[in-house]
Amino acid sequence: MSKKTSATAEKKGEPSVKDAGHGRAPVNASLSREAKIELYRQMVRIRRFEERSLRAYQAGKKIGGFLHLYIGQEAVAVGCCSLMGKDDHVITAYRDHGHAIAVGMDTKPLMAELYGKATGCSKGKGGSMHYFDPSRNFWGGHGIVGGQVPLGVGLAYGIKYKGLKGAAMTFMGDGAVNQGAVHESYNLAALWQLPVVFVIENNGYSMGTSQERSSAGDLAKRAEGYHMAWGVCDGHDLYEVRATMDKFLRAAREESKPAIVEIRTYRYRGHSVADPDNTYRTRTEIEEYRRTKDPIQVFQEKLVAEGVLDEAAVEKIDTEARTEADVSIDFSEASPFPTVEDIQKDVYWEADNPSERKSQGRLFFD
Amino acid sequence: MPVITYREAIRHALAEELQRDANVVVLGEEVAQFNGAYKVTEGLLEKFGPKRIVDTPISEAGFIGMGLGASMLGIRPVMELMFWSFYSVAFDQILNNAANVRYMSGGQINCPIVIRGPANGGTNVGATHSHTPENVLANHPGVKVIVPSTPYDAKGLLKSAIRDNDPVFYLENTILYGDKGEVPEAEYLIPLGLADVKRTGTDLTIVTYGRCVIHSLKAAEILEKEHDVSVEIVDLRCIRPLDIDTVLASVAKTHRVLIVEEQKPFASVGSQLAFMIQREAFDELDAPIHRLATVDAPAIYSPPVETEQLPNPQRIIKAAIEALA
Ligand SMILES: Cc1ncc(C[n+]2csc(CCOP(=O)(O)OP(=O)(O)O)c2C)c(N)n1
Ligand SMILES: [Mg+2]
Repeated sequence: MSKKTSATAEKKGEPSVKDAGHGRAPVNASLSREAKIELYRQMVRIRRFEERSLRAYQAGKKIGGFLHLYIGQEAVAVGCCSLMGKDDHVITAYRDHGHAIAVGMDTKPLMAELYGKATGCSKGKGGSMHYFDPSRNFWGGHGIVGGQVPLGVGLAYGIKYKGLKGAAMTFMGDGAVNQGAVHESYNLAALWQLPVVFVIENNGYSMGTSQERSSAGDLAKRAEGYHMAWGVCDGHDLYEVRATMDKFLRAAREESKPAIVEIRTYRYRGHSVADPDNTYRTRTEIEEYRRTKDPIQVFQEKLVAEGVLDEAAVEKIDTEARTEADVSIDFSEASPFPTVEDIQKDVYWEADNPSERKSQGRLFFD
Repeated sequence: MPVITYREAIRHALAEELQRDANVVVLGEEVAQFNGAYKVTEGLLEKFGPKRIVDTPISEAGFIGMGLGASMLGIRPVMELMFWSFYSVAFDQILNNAANVRYMSGGQINCPIVIRGPANGGTNVGATHSHTPENVLANHPGVKVIVPSTPYDAKGLLKSAIRDNDPVFYLENTILYGDKGEVPEAEYLIPLGLADVKRTGTDLTIVTYGRCVIHSLKAAEILEKEHDVSVEIVDLRCIRPLDIDTVLASVAKTHRVLIVEEQKPFASVGSQLAFMIQREAFDELDAPIHRLATVDAPAIYSPPVETEQLPNPQRIIKAAIEALA
């Protein structure tokens, strides 16, 4: 990492997350050195990508609309998605950059999507909140709080219907848990024993409302009302995320058992770029998390202690991630915008596949 | 040719498509053990078993969203809404998710889901159960909307809907479920977006769909006998895609138009039709376009009055005479 925000320089802070032994969990102990470095690299890539996007948004005014940054939460998406097998699927809300990178999407089309370019992952039609890549079993990127959760149950239904051994990881925020559709989804998942793992990324706030001000009771424990398994884990520790999720994902894949897992995490930036972030929490609180629980920092220390990483390797990974982010910016800058004609493409499957069109009549109006 | 009911026609379409494609699955409240709230799915559980015919809890947002998620993986769910009126509790799933997922993913995902159920007034069930949301649905690019009026159309259109790769919303009518009509034994499909001239005539075009087709046919008989007026009736069958060409061809023949719809008038399907007809056939018109809609208020309960709130043959005759004046 660079000198200024270097993780090695930040190292002076006392990590409060000590190795709770999750590194020795089989799912982590079995990781090769290279695999561990890759997990670390992914978190750094997400962070550098988002920091770069923020600059493009603020200084460059290149990005429109909302930009919800995942900074601080990287271990959640990377930990969870690193466990995916070929029949596992992911769906999440609008804070989706981390998940997209964690499932393996190329950062160039991701940045281009923020730029609204035709080369974006959704051809400039979705924006920050609506990343998709079905080829990587990634089903979005959804802008309505809680609206993606029934879809996640549907993915699980599809997996089960086809007789596959997979699981649908359905991410949501701590604010989403109070949506009716989420409770309907819990009930359906439990009633039909669908292989879905609901992941509540509890970053403490839904916009400016703290968990205490929005939710009665414990978040994941609501599973008990539906006779579902549940768990809570620390989302600052990548090993812990993997160890916890592995257990629930296995139960989903092998026994078609749904579960709710609350992963405690924290976002460093405002809710979106539009949030001045000065009304609902203190600077001290943010600084404290940054100093003591940063997921990248925490994992870096573990890997250094394990002898997997050294300072030079850390530096190199960081430089490469910065370069990758810059390359994604150059790619986006150089890419064309969609045309006005493109507005009406990708609306109907039939309109986009005219040789296979069976219906007649007008599909579009003016 | 066998004569069957509108209800049976829908059931036969479901059964044939369930038979043809193992990815087709029917889900909804009371569709399986109870045989369907309106008995549309009667016998399907027995024939196809509980994996294909699934009773859901009363959880429209949950199960419609679930069907949609499954459709992204290539399942072809046919979801029954006990009444289309209940779409409001699943609005986000139906119109934010079903209509938009393809677009927001840049065309990477398609959602071959069908949502079907009755959408009509006239059964004295009051304002909460009498919505006709075809205009609201069709307002969303990305979706297709069908409103069949006869057993023949109901079957052929539903089969096409199930095979369609876009989300299709299919609006039935509880009052038509018992109506009988000829339906061939042999398999057939009706393409979406193809209107049907249900009666030919020379003096006035009635553009309509759904149960109002049946009312209009009755009105046309009386207009012919008692007023010596020859009415042509265009049944849209499908609201989106829309076969405006058949409408315009009829207008070019009769030069007068009456739109009849079981819709509240404001921003209705008829409003859209009137706009298109005046713009594309202005010179063909000998008179302003007329419209008969539902009287603009929530659906009244009072049985004899509800009949007058909705289009009915008597109201259509009156409106037709006005349109011809
Ligand atoms: C149905 C709905 N209501 C409100 C919003 C506006 N909104 C967007 S994000 C958000 C907060 C959600 O917080 P949480 O679920 O904790 O997720 P986080 O942003 O922390 O990731 C709100 C209120 C929305 N997008 N959708
Ligand atoms: Mg939150």
